[in-house]
Amino acid sequence: MIPAAFDYHRAATLDDAVSALAGGGEDAKVISGGQSLIPLLRLRLAFPSLLVDVGGLGDLRGVRDEGDSLVIGALTTHDEVTRDPLVAQHCGLLREAAETVADPAVRHRGTIGGSIAHADPAGDLPTVATALGATMIARGPGGERAIGAGDFFVDYLTTSLAPDEVLTGVRVPKLGAGWGYRYLKFNRTAQAWAVVGVAALVRRANGAVAEARIGLTNMGTKPVRADAAEAAAAGAAATGEALAAAGARADEGTDPPSDLHGAADYRRHLARVLTTRALVAAAGA
Amino acid sequence: MPKITVNVDGVAYTDEVEPRLLLVHYLRERAGKTGTPVGCDTTNCGACTVQLNGVSVKSCAMLAIQADGAEITTIEGLGNGGWHPLQRAFNEEHALQCGYCTPGMIMAAADLLRTNPHPTNDEIRQGLEGNLCRCTGYQNIVRAVRRASEAGAAT
Ligand SMILES: Cc1cc2nc3c(=O)[nH]c(=O)nc-3n(C[C@H](O)[C@H](O)[C@H](O)COP(=O)(O)OP(=O)(O)OC[C@H]3O[C@@H](n4cnc5c(N)ncnc54)[C@H](O)[C@@H]3O)c2cc1C
Ligand code: FES
Ligand code: FES
Repeated sequence: MIPAAFDYHRAATLDDAVSALAGGGEDAKVISGGQSLIPLLRLRLAFPSLLVDVGGLGDLRGVRDEGDSLVIGALTTHDEVTRDPLVAQHCGLLREAAETVADPAVRHRGTIGGSIAHADPAGDLPTVATALGATMIARGPGGERAIGAGDFFVDYLTTSLAPDEVLTGVRVPKLGAGWGYRYLKFNRTAQAWAVVGVAALVRRANGAVAEARIGLTNMGTKPVRADAAEAAAAGAAATGEALAAAGARADEGTDPPSDLHGAADYRRHLARVLTTRALVAAAGA
Repeated sequence: MPKITVNVDGVAYTDEVEPRLLLVHYLRERAGKTGTPVGCDTTNCGACTVQLNGVSVKSCAMLAIQADGAEITTIEGLGNGGWHPLQRAFNEEHALQCGYCTPGMIMAAADLLRTNPHPTNDEIRQGLEGNLCRCTGYQNIVRAVRRASEAGAAT
């Protein structure tokens, strides 16, 4: 279908983008790569009055080393994330997950900021941001603010960004030596979204698991942490058996959807199995 | 209406466009590049794949206005007036039946060979994961991409 008509403004600067959004009211929207938004416009599931295109803001693109953390510009494409040497060195989990997003052509346009701002619970990168405890950096009329992942993702396709705020970057911690990771995603056809996905991070010390962080994709209306499994994994021996006992608790406290890709029970089963596998891989057990 | 300037298959075009005009519709209806088809409404099928500034994109998931200043290559320009080695290989390996997916398959395959000149069969399948074919069962498509890579299509 042909999208409904809208106005279009190509932002020259970040301030220009923010003031265009503020002047455009509730129905103004940012467009970055368009890989989620344009399909929605074509299906006439979204009716923005104004699109503010931030695609030309070069400052929002690329990866910055800030000591203990990396700041990934919102406009960095999935393809760039998968090829970036700093991401490969310090945040391999993100690279691994970005490689599973969509297909090569979509990864050439789709951005990390768009993926996170879109907040699809089936999206891979919101889960990774949640597992990493990433901080989202936003700019609005009142200036810049930093929002932790736990506060950023609010509900299905809903974040705590105000309509006149632009997500400018994502701060992720560098994973030091001792951390292992694995992103696992179960889908049934090429290029498909996750039925369930698991992002696992494990810090090993003295042959045991010192700390685990687990994010789940598509196990609720927003990305969630598997708190019970994290607690069970912490202090456990780095063995398949001990990690399977932790993985068995992955679905505790979740409320997965039932839809045509899978029933809630099936998703719970997948979450347990995938979490076990991801923990084992991340721990090198 | 806003104006854009794009280069399509080596020819410069300047046009007024409505913001909602999709790049694929611009290519077909204004530039006459009907070699690039539209196969879906959801950006899944890949039939509309073209190269934008040298990398593959799905032209149904871009607004024409976002392509302002870009250089675009469609299937019609890929061979520079002749046949590209991928086009020849698709012909020789019988890698198409109805042919609807073929322009997108070839553009996606060209992008794969750009980054990976000698892919394995598995890498070919991964590289074409954004392109759906309802006819062939993919076997001959994979063979054709192999053949083109052996013929040095990437260079
Ligand atoms: C065929 C297909 C398969 C896909 N498969 C997957 C998959 O397996 N896993 C996955 O995670 N994703 C998948 N995606 C989605 C893909 O990751 C998108 O690239 C991403 O969700 C959106 O990024 P974008 O830059 O294209 O954002 P856009 O489409 O431009 O925007 C998406 C939303 O975010 C808002 N937004 C964008 N940028 C900003 C910003 N800087 N500040 C504030 N708001 C902003 C927009 O207003 C809009 O509401 C798929 C997409 C397609 C078309
Ligand atoms: S028409 Fe563009 S992906 Fe199907
Ligand atoms: S040849 Fe018919 S869709 Fe591929």
